[in-house]
Amino acid sequence: MTPAENEPLAADQEGEAIKAIPLRHPWRVLIAALLVLTLAVFVIDAGQREEFGWANVSKYIFDKRISQAALVTLQLTVYAMVIAIALGLLLAIMRLSPNPVVKSVAWLYIWIFRGTPVYVQLVFWGIVGLIYPVLTIGVPFMTPWISFQNDILTNLFVTAVIGLALNEAAYMSEIVRAGLLSVDEGQEEASRALAMSWGQTMRVVVVPQAMRIIIPPTGNEVISMLKTTSLVAAIPLSIDLYGVSRGISAVTFTPVPLLIVASLWYLLFTSILMVGQHFIEKRFARGSGRRKAEKSLQPRGPLPAAGDITNIRVNNKSEDKQ
Amino acid sequence: MSGTPMVLADRVSKSFGSNKVLRSISLSVEPGEVLCLVGPSGSGKSTFLRCINHLERVDAGRLSVDGQLVGYRQKGEKLYELRPKEASFQRREIGMVFQRFNLFPHLTALENIIQAPMRVKGIPKAKAIKRAIELMERVGLGDKADHYPAHLSGGQQQRVAIARALAMDPKLMLFDEPTSALDPELVGEVLDVMKELASTGMTMIVVTHEMGFAREVADSLVFMDGGVVVESGNPREVLANPQHERTRAFLSKVL
Ligand SMILES: Nc1ncnc2c1ncn2[C@@H]1O[C@H](COP(=O)(O)OP(=O)(O)O)[C@@H](O)[C@H]1O
Ligand SMILES: [Mg+2]
Repeated sequence: MTPAENEPLAADQEGEAIKAIPLRHPWRVLIAALLVLTLAVFVIDAGQREEFGWANVSKYIFDKRISQAALVTLQLTVYAMVIAIALGLLLAIMRLSPNPVVKSVAWLYIWIFRGTPVYVQLVFWGIVGLIYPVLTIGVPFMTPWISFQNDILTNLFVTAVIGLALNEAAYMSEIVRAGLLSVDEGQEEASRALAMSWGQTMRVVVVPQAMRIIIPPTGNEVISMLKTTSLVAAIPLSIDLYGVSRGISAVTFTPVPLLIVASLWYLLFTSILMVGQHFIEKRFARGSGRRKAEKSLQPRGPLPAAGDITNIRVNNKSEDKQ
Repeated sequence: MSGTPMVLADRVSKSFGSNKVLRSISLSVEPGEVLCLVGPSGSGKSTFLRCINHLERVDAGRLSVDGQLVGYRQKGEKLYELRPKEASFQRREIGMVFQRFNLFPHLTALENIIQAPMRVKGIPKAKAIKRAIELMERVGLGDKADHYPAHLSGGQQQRVAIARALAMDPKLMLFDEPTSALDPELVGEVLDVMKELASTGMTMIVVTHEMGFAREVADSLVFMDGGVVVESGNPREVLANPQHERTRAFLSKVL
């Protein structure tokens, strides 16, 4: 582009501006109106029905026991996911490792934990504390060197976190693996050619790029986990959101309002998680697309409007001629 | 009196399964020499470069860089495979530039350049940045340090890639078709950087279809086809007067 090209053309050289009537979408409007109307009818109707027990909904929604239980559910979700992501990353890297032993171990883990229902696993972890009340370290079938009470699996909350995390890790590892495989092979090659070790290559080059692929399905998993926590009844743990609301309704014989209360809390958390995911996705989009480039570190000579690719090329060429 | 050659290949062979990609390649590159490797697609040029910095393992023959066997240690009669750590130690002194640049897209140009010096050589960040800026200026991109690769043209990306390789202070640079992925008008800026590098005495092996560059800059030219060295010699002589039919056929297509 030469400066002359940027100058406005003479009036008679410009083509006639387009003044067309925009395309109308009458069906969209009609269907939307119908849907809104249907929803309104449903809401008004539901508001008048006894069974929904709206008085009870407003009574229990901010009940101390419910909000406490909501916090437990949130804690279960966060702890289980943090462990699952870390373990999933480890398993994914193990599966991609050149070492066949490491690879098989990861494969076996995923086979078992993905192949059995999470409910069954939770029941199982609840029982393990009873089967192995004492843990020992030493030579098998000899007098143990160290033995201690199995406090871990007798604490139901900890058992629930472990049970959920171990199951989720199998799914997370597949998500992470897909992300790692999505990174162009040339990236690993370039990193190795720079003499970076395999670990450095993973940490500095591959994993950060895989994050863009990993985050959206992980957000999905977090939301899924939030709801899966309601299965901890299998442990049996009943201090979570669903457990407590069930407990209250068993006493008051008002199941529907408490289901609504629990659902509203789940929805609230899900919405917050969706907002969080949006910001994390933005963070890891670094360097992709044609986002405005940051200001140059050491401006030299006349700077173009950074970010516009054509401008950069123009500038570069004129620079080379100097 | 010439000492040890920078690269010495003695009957190097390499197969992928039943596909014999390199068959008894022998050549040597002296320190400061610029060697251009040309040949049709699939003739094993990239594989040979990748063997030199041990991204691929050779099956037969001996390959050494600056007197050191690549990927193995010799004790008496026996060869021992190097640990990954030792293999990457050999790679520190060999820079590589790829056809498709392979810059790290999530890092800025400057961040691309400072990673390896900091993480592999343990150079302090401030020093690594200072050196990176010098190198960016050397390749004519002093004002692009904070740009992400996606915001740079192909030619600029390849120049950053060259600066990234130079940041490790290599004694040997391998170029695998560095200009093949570029728009024609951007080829010159990359070749200019390579010419400047050659003029400073860097030892270079360049896989290229740019015969003008070979004629002007290279000290020797090797023509490969089907995994064998068909012809080699002074680039001006080989280009002007190729001895083999296959060389002639290839040159008539690229010239
Ligand atoms: N990693 C690999 N696995 C299997 N075959 C390969 C691999 N890399 C290269 N090849 C094969 O080796 C041959 C030579 O490839 P290459 O060295 O890339 O040739 P050139 O760079 O001269 O075009 C081709 O037939 C290619 O298919
Ligand atoms: Mg190639």
